[in-house]
Amino acid sequence: MTPRATFPHKFLPYLLVAPQLAITLVFFYWPASQAVRQSLFREDPFGLRSTFVGLANFKHVLSQPNYINSLEVTVIFSVSTALISMAAALLLAVMAEKVIIGRGFYRTLMIWPYAVAPAIAGMLWLFMFNPSFGSLAYPLRWLGIDWDPLLDSKQAMVLLIAAASWKQVSYNFLFFVAGLQSIPKSLLEAASIDGAGETRRFWTITFPLLAPTSFFLLVVNTVYALFDTFGIIDAVTGGGPGRATETLVYKVYKDGFVNLILGDSAAESVILMAIVIGLTAIQFRYIERKVHYG
Amino acid sequence: MATISLHDVKKSYGRTEVIHGIDLDVTDGEFIVIVGPSGCGKSTLLRMVAGLEAISAGTIEIGGRVVNDLEPRERDIAMVFQNYALYPHMSVYDNMAYGLKIAGLSKPAIRERVDAAARMLELEPYLGRKPKALSGGQRQRVAMGRALVRQPAAFLFDEPLSNLDAKLRVQMRLEIKSMQRNVETTSLYVTHDQVEAMTLADRLVVMNAGHAEQIDTPLNVYRTPATTFVAGFIGSPAMNLMPATVAANGKGLELDGGGTVKPRDTVLPENGRKVFLGVRPEHLSPVDEFNADLKLAVRAVETLGADTLAHGRLADGGATGSEMVVRLPGTSAVKPDEVLPLAIEPGTAHLFDRENGKRMEA
Repeated sequence: MTPRATFPHKFLPYLLVAPQLAITLVFFYWPASQAVRQSLFREDPFGLRSTFVGLANFKHVLSQPNYINSLEVTVIFSVSTALISMAAALLLAVMAEKVIIGRGFYRTLMIWPYAVAPAIAGMLWLFMFNPSFGSLAYPLRWLGIDWDPLLDSKQAMVLLIAAASWKQVSYNFLFFVAGLQSIPKSLLEAASIDGAGETRRFWTITFPLLAPTSFFLLVVNTVYALFDTFGIIDAVTGGGPGRATETLVYKVYKDGFVNLILGDSAAESVILMAIVIGLTAIQFRYIERKVHYG
Repeated sequence: MATISLHDVKKSYGRTEVIHGIDLDVTDGEFIVIVGPSGCGKSTLLRMVAGLEAISAGTIEIGGRVVNDLEPRERDIAMVFQNYALYPHMSVYDNMAYGLKIAGLSKPAIRERVDAAARMLELEPYLGRKPKALSGGQRQRVAMGRALVRQPAAFLFDEPLSNLDAKLRVQMRLEIKSMQRNVETTSLYVTHDQVEAMTLADRLVVMNAGHAEQIDTPLNVYRTPATTFVAGFIGSPAMNLMPATVAANGKGLELDGGGTVKPRDTVLPENGRKVFLGVRPEHLSPVDEFNADLKLAVRAVETLGADTLAHGRLADGGATGSEMVVRLPGTSAVKPDEVLPLAIEPGTAHLFDRENGKRMEA
C-alpha cells in the first residue's frame, strides 16, 4: 500500500478537485440522468406531452431485430478496431525502437494522425477509397477486387475499421513507445545472455512487461471504438449500406435526432452506458489481475 | 569451464577510442577482477566479452573459440548485472529456469538444477516469490543462481555488489568467492571497489582510461605497483607520492616538498633523475627525531579504532610541503599541530619515473 498523503488544509483539497467535479457533474451525470429519465417516458409525435411508460421503451428496443443487428455490428467493429489499432501500434513502436538515425523524426510523424479530427479522418479515407474517384480504389480493382464500399456491406465495414484503427494507432503508439522505454535494457540483455532470440525476448519479456500499458489501452480503445468513432461512421458510411455499419452509438443518434423517437433513443443510450460500465468493470476485475505493475 | 583470451581488444564509439588494446589470458577456473575508477572502460570490456557491445578491433576467445561475431547466447556465458536484471513478472524459480527452458532441458532436469542452486544459495523458501518480494541480498542471490544453473563456460559479474549495504556486501563477497571455488568456473568480475578486488581476485586487472595498467596477483599489485596510477588506486588510504630528485653525493632523494630522504634498502637511479617517491601510509612508523627519514606536521587526526590516520604536510616544506598521510596504531596519542618524526620501513619505498609514471626497478 502506498502511504496516504495528508493535507494540512481542510478545504483546499476540495476546492482543487471542484473544477473537475463540476465538469463531470455538468457533462456526465446531468445528461446521463436526463437520459435515464427520458428512457422511462414516451413523447407524443409533436413533442408536446410525455407519458410515463415504465420499461416499455426498453422492451420495445430489445425486441427490434435492428437493435440486435446493431449490437452484432458494434461487437465486430469494436473488437476489430481495438485489436488492429493496438497490434499495429505495438508493431510500429517496436520497430521505431530499432531505428537509430532519426528516431525522433519517425516518432513525430507517427503521432500526427492523432491530430486529425474523426470526421476529417473519415472523409480522407472515403476520398482515398471512393469507388468512382478514390486514388486507392483503382489499384484495388486492378488487383481483381470488386471494390465498392458504398454498396458492399463487408467492404464498408473493412473501410470503417481501417479508418477508425488508423486514427487510433498514433495514440496507442505513443503509449507503447513510452512503455517500451520503461523496460530496463538490462532485462533484455540478461535474456539474450540466457539464450533467448529476438522473438522469444519479445514474447517472454517485453510483452508481459508491457501489460500495464496494454491493459490501459484496451480500456481506452474499447471506449474509443464504442463512442468516439461516431464522426468517422457518420462521414464514411452514415451507418449504411442498409444498416451494415450502424453501431450502437450511431443508432442512438439516428433514432433520437433523425427518426425523433426520443424514448427509444434514450433507452438505447442507457443500455450502451450499462454495457460500457459492465465491460470496464470486467476488464478491471479479470484482466487487471494478470497485469504485472513494475 | 574454459579459458578466455583477449588479444589487443579495442573499442571505439565513432572516432573516440575508449579501450586502447587490452591483452589478457585467463586460465581455466581463474577468478579475474577488473578494477578501476568510473569511466575507465572496465564495464565496456566485460560487455564486449559478453557480446553486448561490438568489438572494434582485436579478438576475444572463449574456450579456444573466437567469439567476436557470435551472439551473446552463442558464447556459453552467464552474467550477473549490477541491478540484478531479474525478470519482475516471473517467480524466483522461473527466473532461474528461464535459460534452461530455452536450452531445451527436460522439466525434471530443470527442477533438479534449480533446486540444487537454490539449496546452495539458501533460496529454497523463496522459489515461489516474485523478485519484488525479496530483499536486496536475496535478489542478488537469485541473480547468481540464474547464472549458476546454466553451468556456463564463464561467469561475468558487472559490479554485482554495489547496490548492497556494507554488511551484506562483505557477506556476499565471501559467498561469491566460495561459490566460485566450488564450481571452479572461470570468472571475470568488474568492480570499482578495491577491497572486493583484493579479496576476490586470483589476478587483478587494474584499468585506467582504457588501458590495463597492471595485470598481476593482488599481493604483487600491492607490493610492486607498476605505475603511479596503480600505486594511488590500490591501497587505502592511498600511497603517498612525493615528487623528488635523485641528489648527488649519495645523499639520497631531494624532495621537492622540502628536505632530503634516503630510504633504506632501496636502489636509487642516476643523479639528477626526477622521480616520485611512493610510501604507503602503513609503511611509516614514528621514531625518535634522530632516526627520522621524514617529519610530518600533523594537521588532522582520524581515529578509526584499530588505526589512527594522521594527515598533514612535510614539516621541512612549510606550508607548501607535500601532503602526506600516515597510518598509526589505534593506541597512538598523536594530536594536530604536532610534528611527527617518521621512518620509512626498509625496502618499502617505491620509485616511479616522473616522466611516464612507470615503476623504476633497480
